[in-house]
Amino acid sequence: MKIGIPRAFLYYKYHYLWETFFEELGIEFIVSPETNKDILNRGMTYAIDESCLSSKIYLGHVEWLIGKCDYILIPTISNYASSGTVCTKFQAIYDVVKNTFRDKDIKLINYNIDVKNSDFEVKAFLKMGRFLGKKNASCMRSYLIAKQAEKTARVMDEKYQEQLLDEKKIKILLISHSYNIYDKYIGAPIIDYLHDMDVIPIIGDLANKKEAIYNSFEISETLPWTYNRELVGSIVLYKNRVDGIILLSSFPCGPDSLVNEIIIRRVKDKPILNLILDGQEGTAGIETRLESFLDIINFKKDDYSGKI
Amino acid sequence: MGKYKVSFPHLGSYFVPLEILFTEGLDVEYIMPPTITKRTLELGSRYSPDYVCAPFKYTLGNFIETIEAGANTLVQTGGGCRLDYYGELQGQIIKDLDYNVRFVNLVKTKSSLLITLYNGFKEINPDMSLKKIAKILPVALKMVEYMDTFEDYIRKNAGFEKHPGALKEIHHEFLNELRTVRTKKELNNTYQRYMKRVKGVEVEKPKNPLKVGIIGEYYTIMEPFSNHYIERELAQMGIVVDRWMNVSNSIIHNSKNKMKEHIKNYAEYNMGATSMATINKALEFAKKNYDGIIHVKSSGCTPEIDTMPVLQNISADYKIPVLYFSFDSQTSDIGIQTRLEAFYDMIMMRKEAKN
Ligand code: SF4
Ligand code: SF4
Repeated sequence: MKIGIPRAFLYYKYHYLWETFFEELGIEFIVSPETNKDILNRGMTYAIDESCLSSKIYLGHVEWLIGKCDYILIPTISNYASSGTVCTKFQAIYDVVKNTFRDKDIKLINYNIDVKNSDFEVKAFLKMGRFLGKKNASCMRSYLIAKQAEKTARVMDEKYQEQLLDEKKIKILLISHSYNIYDKYIGAPIIDYLHDMDVIPIIGDLANKKEAIYNSFEISETLPWTYNRELVGSIVLYKNRVDGIILLSSFPCGPDSLVNEIIIRRVKDKPILNLILDGQEGTAGIETRLESFLDIINFKKDDYSGKI
Repeated sequence: MGKYKVSFPHLGSYFVPLEILFTEGLDVEYIMPPTITKRTLELGSRYSPDYVCAPFKYTLGNFIETIEAGANTLVQTGGGCRLDYYGELQGQIIKDLDYNVRFVNLVKTKSSLLITLYNGFKEINPDMSLKKIAKILPVALKMVEYMDTFEDYIRKNAGFEKHPGALKEIHHEFLNELRTVRTKKELNNTYQRYMKRVKGVEVEKPKNPLKVGIIGEYYTIMEPFSNHYIERELAQMGIVVDRWMNVSNSIIHNSKNKMKEHIKNYAEYNMGATSMATINKALEFAKKNYDGIIHVKSSGCTPEIDTMPVLQNISADYKIPVLYFSFDSQTSDIGIQTRLEAFYDMIMMRKEAKN
């Protein structure tokens, strides 16, 4: 038995949890490779034209896994109760995959999180474990170990970022969904470019989630989506320790189309660059925009310190 | 009266019951939102983020038009999907434009529907009387239902009038008279009278006319300007137009469980907003051997985009053609016309081949 995990979307939020859980249960799994041109092209072939770039990439990864495993893991999320809902894509994606690849020999394994209706994460994992023929007790044990691993990893990430925030170099806060910022195709070129320019990228998604949600209300009261709320909250947490903010979205992201506009209208004391990627343009145009953004920041910094 | 001049964005003909609810129930002046036109869309697009869905642009544009028409209190609701965040951003945009108006966002309060409405009403008019609202609310709701039934009849018959335009005219008079209605009794009388009139209009329907079902996203399907008057176009081609989506069906007669059961072979989860109804009706139209289905949405509408792989499968399984329209501020009338005509030719040929 082998599980296939698409390296896209929720993978970037949950891979510590998934990988440890399957390892502990002794279940073999395979993760699709980093996004490349080929995967993106496959995704574009299968996806409805107008879908967001991130979901096209997702379908590309799913397609890559077909024939290489027994079940492909496609979890769905409805809501996190009081901390909000998610983009409807995360509820729809299971049926989108099922319908898109109906004619291929494809078997899916799914769990759903719907906290409002008490479908909690632990319940979902136990169910998944049972589906894979494992005993409840060992599923529970594996889940708890995985949860611990996830927690440790998150704390380490957060700590590491704290160190970066204390460095004296120019720092740019990247506000972007984890599956975009960590994607080889969408986010990585931006991060690489910043490194090349001797700028430290600070990842909004690494902020402590609870604190971020709590602080997000300072910027927006009625924002319905948890993931966007976490990112907005990270602006409040990090803003005073960075020199500028980049909003990085995939075209045409529904939630980001509104949330970015709120951020631009309400966060006035830092330069903000709004980058929207559709997977078509080359990197040249983006580099030009990044370059002039960094120029502005450098100029401001010199200005404040009295240097010319 | 007079202090609060309230308005709500235009959607189809629903300004009529809203006017009654606001003036009679909330004791405020109601500013009729100007009809949606090209200018509405232009205004809205100018101040909206680029790739936001079209209903955001329309309602923002319409807010600005109602301010120009004298409104000083704007009301926006939620409704799942991005709509839940429209209010806060539109309020901010209008504030940044330096308009001095109150913006009442009904999404603010995260409580039950009734409490949310109560708080919203209270914000619209702090002196409102619950008694008055309790009196007029049932009338307004029933009116919505009657209007929807009335329009449903028109959609199914407008293509076959002996004297084209007769139904539209009666519809117009019907709406005008509804504006004067204040009690259930008056409402019932008016409705019955007009229903009789409209049924008296001579239609020459062939025995087996072309039938097309329309499905899709809430705003685009209900606001005729935003779908380029597609129903009118279809009627002119002599097609029976069937559309389930309207306010009374989606709010009052909406059984999610039934839909879920019906569509379970195609979709297990709710893809958000109008997606379930879209799939549910597509399947029903397919099973009932309709000649075609037309899917309409704003471009970039995630829930409706996600229904499309499902619709493609339904189309393949039941051999029913589906025409997909995605509207944005760039969509041209001519392009739509051409695609509609090609669709018409195709379903016509299929029908002839079958007979
Ligand atoms: S949040 Fe945006 S990028 Fe993510 S799935 Fe939804 S539309 Fe796509
Ligand atoms: S249903 Fe579609 S058009 Fe309506 S708010 Fe959601 S994305 Fe926009």
